[in-house]
Amino acid sequence: MRSFLIDALLKGKATIAPPVAGTAALEEVTRALGERARQRLGRSLSIREIDAGSCNGCELEIHALNNPVYDVERFGLKFVASPRHADVLLVTGPVTWNMREALLRTYNAAPEPKWVVALGDCAANCGVFAGSSAVVGPLADILPVDLHVPGCPPAPIEIVKGLLALIEARPPAP
Amino acid sequence: MSAAGSLAELVVGHPAGADGYVRLDVDADVWTALAQGCAAGAHDLSALWADGGLDGGWMRMALCCEGLRAIVSLRTEAGAYPSVAAHHAPAMRLERAMRDLYGVRPAGLPDSRPWLDHGRWPGRQSDARYEFLTAEGEGLHQIAVGPVHAGIIEPGHFRFTANGETVVRLEERLGYVHKGVEGLLAGADISRGAAIVGRISGDSTVAYAWAFARAVEAALGWTVPQRAALLRGIMAELERLAHHINDVGAICNDASVLTINARCTLQREDVLAVVAACFGHRLMMDRIVPGGVAADLTADGAGRIRGLLARLEETRAEVLRVYDSMPSLQDRTITTGIASPALVRQYAAGGFVGRASGRVFDARKNFPYAPYDQLPFDLKTRTTSDVDARLLVRMDEIVESLKIVGLMLDRLAPGDIRNDGPAPAAGEGAALVEAFRGDVFMSVRIAADGRLAHVHARDASWFQWPLLEAAVEGNIVADFPLCNKSFNCSYSGHDL
Repeated sequence: MRSFLIDALLKGKATIAPPVAGTAALEEVTRALGERARQRLGRSLSIREIDAGSCNGCELEIHALNNPVYDVERFGLKFVASPRHADVLLVTGPVTWNMREALLRTYNAAPEPKWVVALGDCAANCGVFAGSSAVVGPLADILPVDLHVPGCPPAPIEIVKGLLALIEARPPAP
Repeated sequence: MSAAGSLAELVVGHPAGADGYVRLDVDADVWTALAQGCAAGAHDLSALWADGGLDGGWMRMALCCEGLRAIVSLRTEAGAYPSVAAHHAPAMRLERAMRDLYGVRPAGLPDSRPWLDHGRWPGRQSDARYEFLTAEGEGLHQIAVGPVHAGIIEPGHFRFTANGETVVRLEERLGYVHKGVEGLLAGADISRGAAIVGRISGDSTVAYAWAFARAVEAALGWTVPQRAALLRGIMAELERLAHHINDVGAICNDASVLTINARCTLQREDVLAVVAACFGHRLMMDRIVPGGVAADLTADGAGRIRGLLARLEETRAEVLRVYDSMPSLQDRTITTGIASPALVRQYAAGGFVGRASGRVFDARKNFPYAPYDQLPFDLKTRTTSDVDARLLVRMDEIVESLKIVGLMLDRLAPGDIRNDGPAPAAGEGAALVEAFRGDVFMSVRIAADGRLAHVHARDASWFQWPLLEAAVEGNIVADFPLCNKSFNCSYSGHDL
């Protein structure tokens, strides 16, 4: 164990400098703040991840957010086990008929105010699974989506930029 | 055992196709005898699927034994055929799934419950309750977990019956991420097919794309340049390395040893960053395509990968040293979650789950394909069958993969990376590719117009999920995450 600590000291920190929030993400979140009179949630967000039909590629990259390189807890972004503790629902996959009910129940279990993020191309438009009879449709058909993070899967740095927009966006001037 | 149940005798005089599979049409008696042969351990059940609809359709079974592979086909009678699971339990979920998807009726199947069909599909809604298997005894209670789990993982339902802290029975219910993959593939052209297959289980995208490419190439007589074969191997081993080192960390994380996990996730990130620089995508999606590969290694790629190999070996050695020095961690992994060698043999469980329980099988070794047929490497097995053995087999395999990648880089010569496709033609092809979690089987049938008529993909998880149920029995509930992580089965790859 000591070797890990010595190693960490010698090699310096692995964590990258914080990126700035994505421009497109900031615009989308700002729009959601205006149109839906959403309330800003402040600097610390608890995130509940929901796989609603993903191929697990998005999950791999969400996992990477917690590694020492991206380390999203330094921004106040924390993944939580229960939807009851969540401010943000981070949803992946083309929503399958078999997951629809579990998704809705998880959404309903999260307290207001809450944000929904559609992560990856499948959540945005069903990706390669569009047209399947086992798939309900894009997430926005089922839940009000505040932010899309495109990609198949989106790279962790893109996910970070998207999530930072949730923290940094300001309501548009009246 | 009857002669009809012996695969070796059955295929005498029938040459194997370009893909190494002997194809035979059989009658119901031979079909059943082969199912009994599986149960007797004469050969392994590799896959079982329906093809061609209810009218005049086929049930097909892929079987293998020492050096021999066959796909036997039985014509169904208005959708009915004799159940394989009636004789050989590992076919149970496969037959339930095919019944749900295609309406085929396995006569004598002991389990009448649906599997992938949750009563939610349009036009087939049902409020019928899913009856879990029972456990009887004093003081039992049930714990229902999922489909949405506490962590960042795929959805599935686990029903535990426990006595105090001890698990008496675990039953899985899967199918939540069923996306209708086979339905989407039917009628798709080959390039769209490759994109879909590469997303059946994202963590094994390289292995799936490779299996699909090999099956299509066998069906059409499509050859692959040597450089492309080596690049495929390099990609597949990098995928394996990223998961092996990451999952070792994840297992330790479930025993609250966060430092090992941090080191391992850092190493995985290193692999993915190098991979992205070399091939243009962190998971290498859509990089392997029929006829070759879609992305050549960048000019500085070989050097980058060699640097990565050195760092990975350093991490592996250090993580192993720390793991070995922590009795409190090993207390959680040693003798926990034993997958009995007898069950592993019966289910022909592949990957590290099989190899940690003494099953000497690896598609790269048993049915070698280019470039592995030209490379010396060892197949690593253990016999203690517990979480510790599965973790250590993966550590051992990291060493072999590092060696393999080095050898492949040595042999990489300039050349083409993709051959043009032949004219559209009807054909059939199959392939077995070793993904990080075990062998992926892929069968492809192509119509005369060059479109995909039917594709079936069988993930290694089909034969590993049921063993997890058995491995957890008698363990404490708190050790389930360790057991589960040490199997790391795919939900999406299973649910299709």
